[in-house]
Order: sequence, then C-alpha cells, then structure tokens
Amino acid sequence: MATQTERTAVREEEIPLKAIKAIKFSILSPDVIRSMSVMEITTSETYDEAGRPMVGGLMDRRLGVIEPGARCETCGNPPDRCPGHFGRIELARPVIHVEYSKYIHDLLRTTCRECGRILLSDDEIDKYRKRLERLRARWKLLADRLIERIRKKAMERTVCPHCGAKQYKIRFERPYTFYEEKENGVLEKLDPMKIRERLEKIPDGDLELLGWDPKVARPEWAVLTVLPVPPPQVRPSIQLETGQRSEDDLTHKLVDIVRVNEKLRTAIESGAPSSVVDQLWDLLQYHVATYFNNELPNLPPVKHRSGRPLKTLAQRLKGKEGRFRGSLSGKRVDFSARTVISPDPNLSINEVGVPIDVAKVLTVPMTVTEWNIDIARQLVLNGPEIWPGANYVIYPDGRRVDLRYFRDRRELANKLAPGFIIERHVMDGDIVLFNRQPSLHRMSMMGHLVRVLPGRTFRLHLAVCPPYNADFDGDEMNLHVPQNEEARAEARTLMIVQNHIITPRYGGPIIGARQDYITGGYLLTRKDSFVNKELLMYLLAAANYDGEIEEPAIMHPKELWTGKQIVSMLLPKDLNWVQPTAIKERCKDPYNCYTDEYIIVVNGYMATGVLDKKSIGAEQVDSLWHVIVKRYGNDYARKWVDSILRALLRFLDLRGFTMGIDSLEMPPESYKELEKLYEDSERKVFEYIQRFREGKLEAEPGLTVEETLENDITIELSRVREAAARVAEKYINKDGDAYIMAKTGARGSIVNITQMVAMLGQQTIRGERFKRGFSNRTTAHFEPGDLGPMAKGFVKNNFKSGLTPLEFFFHAAGGRDGLVDTAVRTAQSGYMQRRLINALQDIYVTYDGTVRNASGSIIQTKYAEDGIDVSKSDHGRLNIDEILRRAGLSG
Amino acid sequence: MAVSNTVSQEELNNVLAQLARILPPRIIDELKNKLSNKSLTKEQLANLIRILVNEYYKMLIDPGEAIGIVTAQSVGEPSTQMILRSFHFAGLREFSMALGLPRMIELVDARRKPSVPMMTIYLDEEHRNDPNKAQEVAYKIQLTTIENVTRSVEIDYINSQIIIEIDENELSQRGLSMEDVRKVVERIKGKGAQVEFEGNTMRITLEGADIIKLRRVRDKIMQTRLAGIKNVRKTLVRYKDGEWIIETEGTNLEAVLTIDGVDYTRTISNDIHEVAEVLGIEAARTVIMRELKKVLDQQGLDTDIRHLMLIADVMTWTGRVRQVGRHGVVGEKESPLARAAFEVTVKNLVEASIKGEVEQFRGVVESVLAGKYIPIGTGIVQLLMEFE
Repeated sequence: MATQTERTAVREEEIPLKAIKAIKFSILSPDVIRSMSVMEITTSETYDEAGRPMVGGLMDRRLGVIEPGARCETCGNPPDRCPGHFGRIELARPVIHVEYSKYIHDLLRTTCRECGRILLSDDEIDKYRKRLERLRARWKLLADRLIERIRKKAMERTVCPHCGAKQYKIRFERPYTFYEEKENGVLEKLDPMKIRERLEKIPDGDLELLGWDPKVARPEWAVLTVLPVPPPQVRPSIQLETGQRSEDDLTHKLVDIVRVNEKLRTAIESGAPSSVVDQLWDLLQYHVATYFNNELPNLPPVKHRSGRPLKTLAQRLKGKEGRFRGSLSGKRVDFSARTVISPDPNLSINEVGVPIDVAKVLTVPMTVTEWNIDIARQLVLNGPEIWPGANYVIYPDGRRVDLRYFRDRRELANKLAPGFIIERHVMDGDIVLFNRQPSLHRMSMMGHLVRVLPGRTFRLHLAVCPPYNADFDGDEMNLHVPQNEEARAEARTLMIVQNHIITPRYGGPIIGARQDYITGGYLLTRKDSFVNKELLMYLLAAANYDGEIEEPAIMHPKELWTGKQIVSMLLPKDLNWVQPTAIKERCKDPYNCYTDEYIIVVNGYMATGVLDKKSIGAEQVDSLWHVIVKRYGNDYARKWVDSILRALLRFLDLRGFTMGIDSLEMPPESYKELEKLYEDSERKVFEYIQRFREGKLEAEPGLTVEETLENDITIELSRVREAAARVAEKYINKDGDAYIMAKTGARGSIVNITQMVAMLGQQTIRGERFKRGFSNRTTAHFEPGDLGPMAKGFVKNNFKSGLTPLEFFFHAAGGRDGLVDTAVRTAQSGYMQRRLINALQDIYVTYDGTVRNASGSIIQTKYAEDGIDVSKSDHGRLNIDEILRRAGLSG
Repeated sequence: MAVSNTVSQEELNNVLAQLARILPPRIIDELKNKLSNKSLTKEQLANLIRILVNEYYKMLIDPGEAIGIVTAQSVGEPSTQMILRSFHFAGLREFSMALGLPRMIELVDARRKPSVPMMTIYLDEEHRNDPNKAQEVAYKIQLTTIENVTRSVEIDYINSQIIIEIDENELSQRGLSMEDVRKVVERIKGKGAQVEFEGNTMRITLEGADIIKLRRVRDKIMQTRLAGIKNVRKTLVRYKDGEWIIETEGTNLEAVLTIDGVDYTRTISNDIHEVAEVLGIEAARTVIMRELKKVLDQQGLDTDIRHLMLIADVMTWTGRVRQVGRHGVVGEKESPLARAAFEVTVKNLVEASIKGEVEQFRGVVESVLAGKYIPIGTGIVQLLMEFE
C-alpha cells in the first residue's frame, strides 16, 4: 500500500495517448475486481465529525479526489488529473446480479444439477458444436437461432444423459429468487451460494453451446462475491449553500450495501440463528439488486427521504436523458447561440443576420500570420466590448489570456506575432451553421454567411423558410460557429444554403418564393401592369441590376415598361422555357393562348404568362425556378433569386397590397343561390332519414342500414359544400386580394374563401359527423334522435356573416379535435423517424458503387438500380428532352 | 448536310447496345423512343451521346454518400406532414382504408397482419373485359357463409329445432343453388342432427339439446362456408386502367392464385409477410415499396421511389422481412453500443457481456459515442501520407 500512496504525480507526457480501436464486453471476475480495486470498503461511515473522509469509507481519498486542493492518495494527482480508482466491497455472502438472473435461470434449466453438464447427449453436443462453428463464421443471426434451439432442446430433458441424475423443474420468481420443484411439489429455495456452486460446475465447452463466451464470462461471475465500488468521480457529492453535504444517489445505495453487509458478517460470525442470517442475506440481495436497477418488477424502488426514487446504475444509462442518448449521442456544445428569428428580405438567401450582442460572444480562432497581423492587432485592441474585437489571445505555448480581465491590451497587441491565436468575434462573411428544430432533414441545418446587424434577433431571408419550416410568430433558431478549418471547409462546400436548393427528397427546389413574393410576381407581370421610368429604376436598383435597359413598351405619351420586361431583364439571356401557370384554365396550346395562362420565355424574353407559385414558388418541380437552378447552377441561382425577389417585393411595397373585408364581397343573388342550395340538400337529407325511419332504406353491401344512411348524408352534405365553393368562385370579385392570393398560390385556397363568404360545411370529429354528447343527441337543443344536418355539426353560415352559437360550438369542437390529432401525430411520426434513422444511418455508397451497411454487407449492388442521386437529378430522372435540346435536336 | 452521313436504324441500335453497358435500361428505352422518328447525322449522334453520358455521370451518386440517412429523412420528414389519420372516401369506396401515417408505421413495423388486409386481383384475358365475367370470378372468391344467404333464422325451443329460411335471390346472385346449401348442411347430420328441407326452409332437429347448445349450433351453421375463400370477407369489382379487376377485403393470396380466371402474374396482396411466403422475398420487397409509395401519393407528398427502394431493401435483404426497429434491422446490428443507444439499453449490454461481443466502431452511432470520426460521408476518405 505504501508504494501506491507515495507515488508522485504522473507527468503529462507519461500519459499515453491512445485511440479506442475496439471494446470487448465481458463480465468482471472476482479476481479482476480485486486486482483493479485499490482498497476494500470496510465501514459505512463516509465522513468523521470533522468532515474528513473516513479511512476505509466510501469517500476514502485513495479512491480519488474531486475537491479542489486535495491530492489523490493513490496516484498523487490533483482532482483535474486523477481519473479515480475503483474500490471493492467483500460481500459476506454471494448475491445474484439481477440483470443476469434471467440468463442464470436459463443455465440452471439447461444443465445438470449434479454434474453440471449440458442436458444433451454427446452425439447431440458434437452435432450442434460443428454446426455452430460453421454458422459462427458468417451467419451470426443463424447461430443465435441455433443457440435458441439448443437451449429449448436441453430444457426438455428431465434426466441427465451424462450422470443419469433426475432434473427438477426450476422456478424463477422475478427478480432474483429461484426455487427447485421437487417430486411432491415441494418448493426448495436455491440460495445464491448453491446456484454459484452449480454454475461453477458447467464446463466451458457446454457454455459455448448455450451462447456464452466462457473465456470472458463464466456464469458464476454473475453471482457476486465481491462488489466493485466506483470512485467519487462517478458519484460526486455536492455542497449545498447551507454548508451541508448532499451525497449522490449511488453513494447512498453503497452505504446501504456496506451497512447490511457489515450486519450480515457479524451475524454469521456471532453464530446468529439461520433465520436472522437469511433475512439479512435477502436484504443485502435487495440492496445490491436496486443498486444496479431501481426499476425492477415486483420490487419496491428505493426512495430518497423526499419520496423521489433513487437513480441507480441502470437509470443512469437508460432512456432519452440517459448516458447513451443524453450524454454520448448528443451533447451540449459551446460556440452556439439561440434567439428569436425575424425576416429580412434584403439579405441573400445564404446569409444570416446576427445581432451584435451575439457576435461579441461567439468567436472564431484566428491564427496570426504576417498577412493578418495588422488586423489581429486591431481586433485585440478593440477587445471584447467593441465589435469587431477579440475575446481571447492564445500564446504559442498554449497560455490563454482572457481579454475581459486583461488591462493593457495595447501592450498585448504589440506582442502579437505569427503563431499566436486570437479568438476573434464573428464577422461578416464567416460561415456558421443555422438550425431550427425539429431537425427533420438535412436542410434543417444549413451553412449561412454571417451578417452582423443591429437588433436582437437572427434575421433570415424569406425564401429559406420552407426548408426550415420557419415562420416568425416567435420561432427561435440556433446558430453554431465551426471552430476549425476542416469544419469550415465542409460547411462552405457541403452545407451552404445554395447547395441545398434542390432537395434529395424529390429532386426539386425546396427553397423558393412564398406568399408576398408570389403576389408581387403576379401583379408585376400581369398584362395591365405598367411601370414608369422612376419605378423601373427603383425596381432594377433593388434587383442590383447592372445591364442594359430595354426599350420601353410604350413610348408615348409617357415611357412605360411592362412588368414582363422587368422580369425579362433579370432573366438569363439564353433561357428558353414554356410552362403552364397556376391560373391556367382553358388554354391547351401555349403558343395560342392570349390570356397569360402559359409562361413563354424566348431567349430570356418573357413573352407571355405571369409569375406565380407554379413558376417561382418553393417546392414546385419543373418550374421556371427549377430550370434556372438546374441549368445555371446553384451559385447563379442564388444570385438570381436574391435579385428578382428583392425587385418583386419592392414592387409590391410600392404598389401596396392588403386583404380586407371588401375583397370578400358577393352580390345578394349569390346568397339566394346558396340558401337554395342548402334548402334543397336539407330536404334531400330529411328524405333519406324519412326513408330510413320507414325501413325503406336498403343497406349497401357490407354496411348496416345506419352506416348506409350516414354515408348517404355525408355524401349529400359534402356535395353542398362543393356546390357552395362553385358559387363562391363564380361571384367573388376576381380582382379581390383574397382571390388573387388563392389563385396564384400565394396564400389560402378557394376552400378558405368559400368558408369566409359562403359556407363552412360539415364539422367533423375523427372524420365523422358529431355523434357524442347527450344520449341520442349532440346538445340539448335538439330532439333526441335528430339526424339532420344541423344536429350533427353542419355549419351553413360563413365566417363573414357569422356563426350561430350552436354552429360556433361545433366549429370549436372540431377545431379542438384537430389540435389533439396533431399532437398525437407528431409524437408518432417522430418515433417512426427515429427508428428509420437508427436503422438506416450506417448505410452508405462505396467506391465500387454498391450500397452497404456498417458490417460491409451489400444492401444494393447499385444504388436504386440506376445509381442516380436524387439530389443531383431532375425530379428523380435524367431528362432526355433537356439533353436533346442541348444537343440541338429538340423540336 | 450530306445524306450519306445520316445514321441508319441499324447503326443507332448498335450504338444504343453499346450504351447499355453504361446507362440503365430505362434511359436507353426512353432515348430510343425519342429518337425513333428523327434522322440525325453521325456528328449529331456522337454529340448527343457525349452529352448524355456526361450528364449521367454527373448525376451518379458520390462514393461515401450517407444515403441511408438521406433516405430516412426523405421518408420521415413528409410523414410529419401527413394530415389525415385515415381518409374516408365519403362512401365512394366501400372499404375503409387505413391510410396515412398509421399505414406507414404498419409497413415499417412489418406488422404480422395489416389492419386492412386487401388483395388486388387481376383477371385473365377472358374475364378482364367483361364486368359480368369478372363478377363471376368475384363470387368464386368472396367468402359466402350460410348467414349471407339467410332470410330469417328461428329456434324452436320446444321441439329443439333450428329453422332457417334461405333467400333464393341471394343464392342465385352468388351463382349458388339450394343444392349447394344442402350439401354443406348435410355434413352436420353426422353429428346427431336431423335435417329436413322444405322448399327454401330447412329444419334442423337436435334431440334433447338444451338452449345453450341450440344457440351454439345455430351460430356454427350460420358461419359455415358455402363458397369462396377463407378470409376474403368482401369483394368489389372495379374498372381500373382499362380492365376490370377485383379488390378484396381480407387476404388469402395462396388460395386466390389457384382460382380460374385470375391472372396470377399480377395479382397481389398488401400483406407483406403473406407475399413473402407465397411469392418470395423479392415480391415482398416490391410490395413494401409500392405500398409506401401509395401512402405518400395519396397524401399528395412527393418522395422519390429510390428512397422507398432502399427502405424495402434494408427490410428484406437478409431473405426475411425485418421490422425497422429493435426487433429487426436495429436489433440485428453487429455493434452492441449501437443497439444499446437505440432502445433497451441495459439488456443489450448484459447480453453483449455474456456473449463476449466486441465493439468494432464501424457504424455511425458507435463512432459518435466514442468520439471517433464518422466512417461515412467525408469521413470515408482515408489519406495516407508517408513521412520521411
């Protein structure tokens, strides 16, 4: 012992640096536990009256130290260098390791109680061993199945083929009690000592047949005779403000074990009656069991004084917040920031506006060289308070200076020389990762370039909202600053926004215009939209346009340009493209359509059509925007979308756009029509009900009469709603703001308009008409058994005219049902995604083009049969037409 | 341009045959179609081929690409957007279909029985063009029990008799006759019952049976199969893509494939395990793919078929259908840490210790756990440098 305590501190260079290559799992044998322990815990006291750790207690200094200033008595290191050392508790009687009790049960049932051999004849053993060896080499899963079969077979035997001993049935009572069922049905308890004796007798060769690896896991080791005690690093105690010490749950548990163990030992030594010994033994077993797992079936969990169950070893590892998922797969990080987001249409799509306050905290390490030394000096001089400055200076020898507490920055700045590293504030143009939860796909975390701005929110361009699924109703987002050149290079080449315009989900653009941009695009390119010189200059300036200005479409009396001309100026000069627009209705032939229903671009000149969701919107495949990304590349596409979207928004700003009650006006005759529609269908529904009451309604095949009626009514009522939608569309003001938005795809749909001006329609709960509430009726306002539209949640009014109180109730109930549904669904799909990711995350494409998993097994010989990467494809295909066009062979 | 310079059909086919070694057949076919009515010069063809091959190579997937994660995200992300729990086709269809997210989860879970088992039965030349003939086949398939053709049933407790009145209309509609009913019911005779027929009525007399027994026998008779296939509860003849097909509720693929008039090359069930058993694992893979696609399409979500292909392949490449989860794909990973990091942490660690398993750090999670480089994506690159 003396040599151990006198050992001097290990020097840094003596600590070998090694990378983990593999981890072999095994069971610790008592010998190993003893040899790796530095001391035996002999007393349950942790501290003496003076508050010093007791020698031989659970906080003994030999186990390692965590209080600052103390030195470890084993390795001689201060707390930050001492890794901690295991101790041990010599158990007075062996106890079962609960987590292994199931496997102990299996062994007891498959081996002889007398000779310990597996309950199979020599022939069978031979046969299975050979088969197992062959399977082990390549077919691990089949080997597992074979072991299962061997176990089943061995379990069936009641007489040992080796020594002829009769086998008894072993009863296992969770979590750790075993009984042997003798002939007359008498249960004889098997104590851990007897179990251990039996397990010791099982030969290595037989264990292999049962799936054990006896070299590293002898079954008797699963019955503990000595218990390893982890160092205090694993179970740190915390000092409360009151000066009181609060011990970790594990320490509490270990104290219990040591205490009971002491009692048991004295009881045995003093020759106490066996009932007392057994009782204490059982108590020890309970404490050791709950030390491993405090959520065992049929066992009351050990509770803290406050009633909170203790968190013991298994609880530390398990679940979302456990060691595996909470501390190892995912960790908390430095160099990150989080705040509310808000929009800024003047940024580029690959930029992010960072508040100055954030920029002064997040840093990037910058190596001082002779080329940046002047900048570095200035940054150090500015210090942590003034942006752009620096927060730390690191000397070439690794010394770190915190500029917040450093007085003479000027001197330090002058001392800077190549080889110093300064941690400077993030500045414009730095690459950062920007993320919004839930991170459902890779576009949820993209690389953005920093733009430091005043204010307290992160700013982002509106066109990148779709991939993040972000809006500005209070959403927050996270930002991470990569800290080394490798990470920055990957972020810049792989993660930057413009390289994610095309989604790998379907090979179309996921970034693109939404809402106001689409309205703006439509209004600007409409046939009646003209722009005078002043506005033209304004818009082109917003777009950052530096080319020629086209001749005005109208020269006299005033020079006027069409909106299409402005768009044309921004389009690439060699672009030819034809596509239908969202407002397409009648036209079949794009070249013979005079109502702007098709976009035709000839050599970069927009001849007909309007911009709308179908052409510049996000998540639209085979659109103008998609073609520009595909043909001109990501970087060009980024610049193009930046400039055109700025122009469109500026136009809409200057023109003005709002939605008011006036855009929902409908002539009185339309309401008469709606009224009639409803009355007709109500009559029809009552007819159905009448027929049903008279028993004349015939059941459709496979349905009951009630279901048939319900079905018919549902069809009838949804027919009314559709008819109402047609009426609404017929009479609504086509130049109204609501209609424009719905038609161009900017926001809302005809359904929304219908609900506002015509009829809400049937409200549903779980996809059915309302049926619960009072007996035979939904509310007390109806006769029992009323099956009519109103009694079952049909709303014939619209939002504009207002709902009746009953309708309002049904609407609210339906709305609430939707909310509940959404909550349930997100949890379900979240779990599904987690499973998918876990199942597929190791799968990758190799250099030979095959798709393989982590163990190197081929999943696909060629990715998806044609080797095409969806994110590089044209909506999932190789576009032959496009290639013919490029080869000059189209048409 | 010189006339002699045009490429003949033969030459074109030659070139295309050569291309087949590089390009996938689907692209070749499309190209062939598009070029069929064009005459082009040799230079044009050479140019075209150059661009085509170039473009194809550009689209090829990069080595190291973490395609598994991309796939999982491409399927998981839209599933969050699935709005309707199940679509009720307002009675237009006769089947209530489990659609949307629940069906999707059912598929990746590889559940033993789908909540709505269905078959799509295609018919042979003779039957596919005539709805009446299709209906004939449908009657052979649809399970008909005595209950389906019964007008009324009574129990005469005094004489311990069961009186069943058969509906002739129902019978003839299903192509059956009283004779069929008789044959089926006769079998009960052996068990000590007397059966009498009186036109459409049959009286089954059980000597000395008590009330409970009478009721039990009645129920048993009602459930007796008259015609059709076990498990096929309902059939529906539909017109789809220019032919008449039969859709069924309930599946029994093995039996249906042997029925005359059924096109056994195309008939399929939506039960993955059944298909794997009857038609083999490749068929099961196709079914998984198609069913996933169907769910996404019905919700109006666009997801490339390649992703669904990979999921199907991962689920089936071992030759059995495996669930995406701890009892399947994840549970069978070779890395104990990867399994422990997913679900049932403690059990996996304990088992690993018994078996003496070795963690090799070849996958993604285990590498993350150990703080090692991820072995895929940019981490696949291994640069070796020799130091002097």
